[in-house]
Amino acid sequence: MSFLTMIFAGLFYAATAIMIAGLVSKITQFAKTPAPLKIPTTPAPTTQTGVVLRMFREVAFFESLFKGTKWTWIFSYVFHMALFLVLFRHLRYFINPVPMPVELLQPFGMYGGFAMVAGLFGLWGRRFLVDRVKYISAASDHLMLMLLIGIGISGLSMTFAVHTDVVAVKAFFIGLMTFSFSELPADFNLLIHLFLVALLMIIFPFSKLLHIPGVFFSPSRNQIDNPREKRHLSDWARKLED
Amino acid sequence: MAKYNFKIPALNEYPVVPELEEDTMAHMETFRAKPEFQEALGFKGELGENWKEDCIEVIGELLGKYRSLQVYLDSCVKCGACTDKCHYYLGTKDPKNMPVARQDLMRKVYRRYFTFAGKYFPKLVGATDLTTEILDDWYNYYHQCSQCRRCSVFCPYGIDTAEISMAAREIMDRIGLGDKYSNEIISKVFKIGNNLGLPEPALADTLEGLEEDMQDDFGVDVKYPLDKKGADILLVTPSADFFAEPHVDGLIGYGKVFHEAGVSWTLSSKASEAANFGMFIGSYENMRKISLRIREAAIELGVKRIIFGECGHAWRVAYSFLNTLAGPFDFLDPDYPVPQHILEFTWDEIQKGTLNIDPSENDHMTLTYHDSCNVARATRMGDKPGGQFEIPRNVIKAVCNNFYDMAPETIRGTTFCCGGGGGLLTDDLMEVRVKGALPRMEALKNVIEEHGVTNMAAICAICKSQFTKVLPFYGMDMDMIVSVHQLVSNAIILTGQKTDDDDDD
Ligand code: SF4
Ligand code: SF4
Repeated sequence: MSFLTMIFAGLFYAATAIMIAGLVSKITQFAKTPAPLKIPTTPAPTTQTGVVLRMFREVAFFESLFKGTKWTWIFSYVFHMALFLVLFRHLRYFINPVPMPVELLQPFGMYGGFAMVAGLFGLWGRRFLVDRVKYISAASDHLMLMLLIGIGISGLSMTFAVHTDVVAVKAFFIGLMTFSFSELPADFNLLIHLFLVALLMIIFPFSKLLHIPGVFFSPSRNQIDNPREKRHLSDWARKLED
Repeated sequence: MAKYNFKIPALNEYPVVPELEEDTMAHMETFRAKPEFQEALGFKGELGENWKEDCIEVIGELLGKYRSLQVYLDSCVKCGACTDKCHYYLGTKDPKNMPVARQDLMRKVYRRYFTFAGKYFPKLVGATDLTTEILDDWYNYYHQCSQCRRCSVFCPYGIDTAEISMAAREIMDRIGLGDKYSNEIISKVFKIGNNLGLPEPALADTLEGLEEDMQDDFGVDVKYPLDKKGADILLVTPSADFFAEPHVDGLIGYGKVFHEAGVSWTLSSKASEAANFGMFIGSYENMRKISLRIREAAIELGVKRIIFGECGHAWRVAYSFLNTLAGPFDFLDPDYPVPQHILEFTWDEIQKGTLNIDPSENDHMTLTYHDSCNVARATRMGDKPGGQFEIPRNVIKAVCNNFYDMAPETIRGTTFCCGGGGGLLTDDLMEVRVKGALPRMEALKNVIEEHGVTNMAAICAICKSQFTKVLPFYGMDMDMIVSVHQLVSNAIILTGQKTDDDDDD
């Protein structure tokens, strides 16, 4: 095994471990912290099914953001949906044989890459052009976009400019999962791409990417509007009653 | 108005999102509470030497007690969707009045002391040490948020800046930095029973006066009972209803509705206040203590139902929190929701046909309706989502012939706050109150010009007081603002009421 392969194998094991451990601990924290009062933003659903539908509209269509700003919605929706498509397409590097649906979406995946980068540039543009968004942007907000754009462009470059031996890449990742290591091709674009992805995985639980678990725990979105019908009492509040 | 030294914003025909102008409201600092009032609420009297350590400790405690705080501080992606949604930003142009920037005042401290990224890479993620300057910013800008939740509607994660403001105020209170307005009022509630400090004899006097007026004007024995044991309904209403205009006209209306519906009801001198300022300062304990008065009054008077009068934030605490804070209410009649809103009661009676209504009595007015922020975005009326928008409009339309809504983006779920909610209804914050009223004033001006609207109805004691005060700043008449039950009152023909002809005899 080459030194390079060792480095990247180590990097991906570490990145996966950090991402999973970090997310598990964050999600546990979110889940364990009580929500002592009923605070859904009303009008809110009065049933559990209604809440599931509200949450679905939120994560599938970005309903609130759509109400908020159309431009941000367009850029962000394009970016996120393209990202899902691209991620889905990447399953072919981890599963053998490649499942039918992944195979079918293969041709669209490439356009997905372009759409993703375009959406990201749109979002980044707002951070310079809209004075309010510029004001609230920290260095990390710019860097996060640069990181994602870097991942997108380095990925696209392998499809459209300097081809990489994808069979070898697949062997490397399957090897990581089965502990039967296989050499990673030493292509510059590939290494950049993989390095940035590992970096993204590592910072995931420490960054604003926490909005992904966060949205599901947001009391203003996930609570049922039934405070008169059902008494809602948290554990620490119950103690005040004794 | 001469005593106020600030520029009143110009009204635009269409909503304009202003370019930001830093620090326009940095000077806006509300009076601080004296140690005696701090202590009356169970808080530290004043900032101690170790206020920073105290502060970090309380932040940590609240993060463990409120999921909203933890999730909201972690989840913001700085998308900017909320930045132009706050009436205080629109009216003041101060970027720190953008909801996300208001949250960031706390988020940057949270990051510095509670997150890996903020501890080791503070510059990168915009984390900062807690300093006196930051505390000053907290005090000034967390008292320029009316906790109206408009920002939460547009945020992809539902981040509610009101939750952050409440937490910030609790933290400041706990370390000895409270605001005078809210904390003095809460201590009055504990001492006397209501926000205005009206003692029992004064209340009894006012109510007797109302009964006499009813006799003189209509020759009908409409009662305004106080502490009547064994009544069916306990009415809890904001204390402003006992004497302020146009609030009292609403109270007169409740009495007429109850009289015509033929139910027995009473007010309570113990729970002579619907508003619960404990919410404004984010203090669960104080909010609970204030709520328990209502439970005690209901038990002592032996009532079967609890109904709340017209008050926005009060209805939030009543509808959303009362069952949690002071429940269970299993000793009340299970056939009725606990509590009910007076508009739910009146709308039921209108539908049943128990009220004799002549809407032409309101023909001298053309109405519009201001959805109060907390009623709109934190409560419900009736059994369907959105009843909080329909029921008040249904009642208004039943008692008035001329009604027009304001522009859709300024009403219902996206209504603008009056500018004085959330504990800001004090003269020392007049500048932010006037500027924050801008979006509502613009929408109102437009319906006045388009439809000849003469009056705006509201169902919140704060909205009514705030509009009475700020309308003149915008060249409009303070009497434009009316209570919804004032309209009901005008239109009800009491059974056995003497007519104008009788007067002439
Ligand atoms: S809750 Fe209302 S006042 Fe407070 S920041 Fe949000 S929009 Fe502004
Ligand atoms: S809308 Fe929500 S996520 Fe976007 S900047 Fe405002 S608070 Fe943050």
